[in-house]
Amino acid sequence: MTHPLAPPPKKNPQKRSVSPTRPPEVRSRAALHLTAAAAEGRFALQRCAECGKVQYPPRDACSACLSTDLPWQDMAPGGTLIAETTVQTSPRLYFRERMPWRAGTVQLDAGPTVLAHIHGDVARHARVRVVARLDQAGQGVLVALPETDTPNMEDDPLMRALSADPKHRRVLITDARSAQAPALARALKQAGAAIIFAGEPESWRPYPQRAELQALGVEILPMDVTDTASVQKLAGEIGGKTDILINTARFLRPGGVLDRGDTGFARDELEVNYLGLMRLAQAFGPGMCARAADGVNAAAAWVNLLSVGALSNARPFGAYSASQAGAYSLSQSLRAEFRPSGLRVMNVFFGPTEEDDWYQPLPPPRVTALALARSVVDGLQRGLEDVWCGDIAQDLRDRFRRDPKVLEREMTLGGEGA
Amino acid sequence: MSTLANFASRIATGEIRVVDLTHTLDPDFPVIILPPEFGQCARFRMEEISAYDHRGPAWKWHNISMSEHTGTHFDAPAHWISGRDLPRAAVDEIAPADFIGPACVIDCSEGAARDEDFELTVPLIEAWEASHGRIPSGAWVLMRTDWSKRRGAEYLNMREDGPHSPGPTPEAIRFLIDQRDIRGFGVETVGTDAGQGSHYTPPYPAHYYLHGAGRFGLQCLSDLDQLPATGAVLIAAPLKIKNGTGSPLRVLALVEET
Repeated sequence: MTHPLAPPPKKNPQKRSVSPTRPPEVRSRAALHLTAAAAEGRFALQRCAECGKVQYPPRDACSACLSTDLPWQDMAPGGTLIAETTVQTSPRLYFRERMPWRAGTVQLDAGPTVLAHIHGDVARHARVRVVARLDQAGQGVLVALPETDTPNMEDDPLMRALSADPKHRRVLITDARSAQAPALARALKQAGAAIIFAGEPESWRPYPQRAELQALGVEILPMDVTDTASVQKLAGEIGGKTDILINTARFLRPGGVLDRGDTGFARDELEVNYLGLMRLAQAFGPGMCARAADGVNAAAAWVNLLSVGALSNARPFGAYSASQAGAYSLSQSLRAEFRPSGLRVMNVFFGPTEEDDWYQPLPPPRVTALALARSVVDGLQRGLEDVWCGDIAQDLRDRFRRDPKVLEREMTLGGEGA
Repeated sequence: MSTLANFASRIATGEIRVVDLTHTLDPDFPVIILPPEFGQCARFRMEEISAYDHRGPAWKWHNISMSEHTGTHFDAPAHWISGRDLPRAAVDEIAPADFIGPACVIDCSEGAARDEDFELTVPLIEAWEASHGRIPSGAWVLMRTDWSKRRGAEYLNMREDGPHSPGPTPEAIRFLIDQRDIRGFGVETVGTDAGQGSHYTPPYPAHYYLHGAGRFGLQCLSDLDQLPATGAVLIAAPLKIKNGTGSPLRVLALVEET
């Protein structure tokens, strides 16, 4: 049984913060598909389209029939731990700092044997569940978990390293006025977050959910993502204890190019959705990267809430979608820039939301704040990079992956003319 | 000594006091809030270009952005639909001498403290004149409410049914324009109209009548309590923005010490 993780003691101000180190990052191009699946919480392996063999490790050709037609398929997680070792020393700094390290071989029910990290609660030769997780290099690795959940299993040091669990962490919700902020705060609190901060723009303008946030014990502090000085000020104050940042700031209006006729709202969309993200990252990013190995409450994740319109423009929110596409692209740059530290960037994509008034004329389904909050917390607990919340986001993702041009054509129908 | 030399010398000696009636341009200063489907007034924003660093080693400067109607500001006749066809209705077209005039300060601070929807009415103006004399033609009439001392949410005083702040009745504004030929009307609140001004007929009567008659508005003034009821001279020169409907201001009042 895993010992429950105690809240970390206050940091010794005379001790140097530990610099982040990372496990090896290099993979073959074929192996990156394992990472891609792990990024959204799936365990997938190559299954040969010609002979049906499931193979591991990933290769460019089938090890049985040399076919190069090797689609990736989600695998059943069941298997048996057939061999294991506990590594006592390693030339890699990352592992040296975490010795001893348990690793082993699992015979998957699906066929191949795989190398996996082993959870502390797995007994020798036991039945296991194999999951794919992203490690601190942002690469997919396989983990053998106990077949059924054990108490506090998420507190195992291995699992802490392969997640961004909010438990004992301090979370900043960047915009308290966001329609999703209260549900998010509630879910984070339930997940064991130590402190929840919320940035509040324009305190001179009242909003109904402020009392709700206060009742939840959220620390409301002034910040407006369109005001560089205010972002720098808050980062100066709490940047050193922001372990998870969730960017809820969003400017949303309907309209494309011609029906607006000016660039006013587009400018606001870019100021909040694109430049706001950049301001936050410039102010909070360096401090969080520096604290990515800072013990139990090390900085762990940066979360962007993005409209799925970022993938393919979604009318009637055409200009808004463009700003989301910009933010999505920027999040990829951020991922690359955070990579050396191990700080994760998690993008949560969703369709029209229930609580944002601007979607009122659209038919259901709509994503509730509760569903979004659950997706955020679940994604953090599993260390995901891409989360697709709700039917619309998942449907658009699948259609985008099948053929982006077909999706674009469907999203840009002109309607039947005369 | 010439009038101007005398004037400069009396400013230097403090015999003429210069009162700043301007709020600091601060990103967090409230602006007027309209229903969200309408275009919105931009807040004041400031981005560093360089600060004696790799972006410019020996100098510091900023890019700033805002609306014409952000902070302490000027409303030109072109701001309102009633004034759009007037000649010289934009800030760049107004004769510079028009920005300077005598100020009459009507103290409504007691009433505004009692009633956040306090109205400046014709009888109140007449009562003020009974004490201070008739408002001269070409005056800046300033409605003192001490609203500039309010901070945060108290300033716009926004509720479910909209903002609540004092302002003039339609009749009072008509009176000041038609009977007193004022230069303009200045307030300490975010607009020359009351917070609930959209419920008058016509809606926003101060904007409608003032600008329709080619008169000016001054908004978000501060420190009107520093001015005498009469005798001060106001200088409120907007930036010379081509076709501008308003402009952030540095409003100065000159007060003779007695």
